[in-house]
Amino acid sequence: MAKVKGAVVVDVEVCKGCDLCVQTCPEDVLALHREVNSRGYHYSFMKNPESCTGCTNCAVVCPDTCITVYRAKVRA
Amino acid sequence: METKDIIKPENLVYGKSELLIDTIMHYCPGCTHGVVHKLIAEAIGEMGIQEKTIGIAPVGCSVFAYNYIDIDWQEAAHGRAPAVATGVVRLNPDKFVFTYQGDGDLASIGAAEIIHACNRGENMLVIFINNGIYGMTGGQMAPTTIENMVTSTTPCGRDSELNGYPLKMTDLVAQLPGTSYVTRQSAQTAAAVRKCKRALKKGIQNVLDKKGTSFVEVISTCNSGWKMTPVQANKWMEENMFPYYPLGDLKDSEKGEPVSKN
Ligand SMILES: Cc1ncc(C[n+]2csc(CCOP(=O)(O)OP(=O)(O)O)c2C)c(N)n1
Repeated sequence: MAKVKGAVVVDVEVCKGCDLCVQTCPEDVLALHREVNSRGYHYSFMKNPESCTGCTNCAVVCPDTCITVYRAKVRA
Repeated sequence: METKDIIKPENLVYGKSELLIDTIMHYCPGCTHGVVHKLIAEAIGEMGIQEKTIGIAPVGCSVFAYNYIDIDWQEAAHGRAPAVATGVVRLNPDKFVFTYQGDGDLASIGAAEIIHACNRGENMLVIFINNGIYGMTGGQMAPTTIENMVTSTTPCGRDSELNGYPLKMTDLVAQLPGTSYVTRQSAQTAAAVRKCKRALKKGIQNVLDKKGTSFVEVISTCNSGWKMTPVQANKWMEENMFPYYPLGDLKDSEKGEPVSKN
């Protein structure tokens, strides 16, 4: 059966670490990084990339539109 | 499959709208203004009306809206966006004109302008960001502040005996024959954001079809003004604002149709 796998790219310098994407992700893929960007924000990153389905919910709720989402079919 | 194999142009499913200018918004982390700006840019882009859109920016935190969305803009004095929009749309009847206003701007200093523009049924879309306070100036009470809500000017909570009752602008304008589509939305979850975008598109389409005023209220958060985290603010909004400001369409009709009594 074809499975989908997703991945997100966070524009680290634009992210303000608001945490909305982290809370929204149904697969617990995202987290705020220990490190900060040049403006002092703990930016969002994929701590658990294996679980991403590319559902786009994180990008949809992001107030700063700093998340780009990709999705691909994987053949088993 | 490795992450790097998925991140390829042909697999792109969500990217930033081309109408969003490449600059970092000045809004606080988690601000609803950012989400609604993005939806406006996406809606206008998808409907292919970038060249014929004129936005009227307010006074309030979103005073810089013109820095973020790549369309024509006109800045208005505090509360006067509907009056400016009236002039713009009457001179340019084939443009798509919208105002973008906060609750201090629309419900307080601009209450007269919005009521009369809606009553005249000016052919425009009004986007009303209701975060229950004056965000830009330090979180003072707005007409829309709900009862018992603590603000910098109501430190013991809003007392309706003293401060009057929270004003439901959207319910008021729904009563006017000049409005055709009046709805109340929110933008705190992915589902709510998608729904809000559909409402904005419907409002835009109504204006393109010259149906009079469309009015989209977005119940919003001002987490820094409310002194909460963005996540707490969303929860507080759901628990405290939604009961007083229930979401959904208040009116979907033709301009000039009598308002139903129910
Ligand atoms: C004529 C005039 N009166 C008062 C002000 C001060 N002022 C600036 S923003 C604002 C309130 C904005 O609140 P709101 O419309 O709710 O927008 P928000 O900042 O919450 O997005 C006020 C009273 C002003 N700029 N001009």
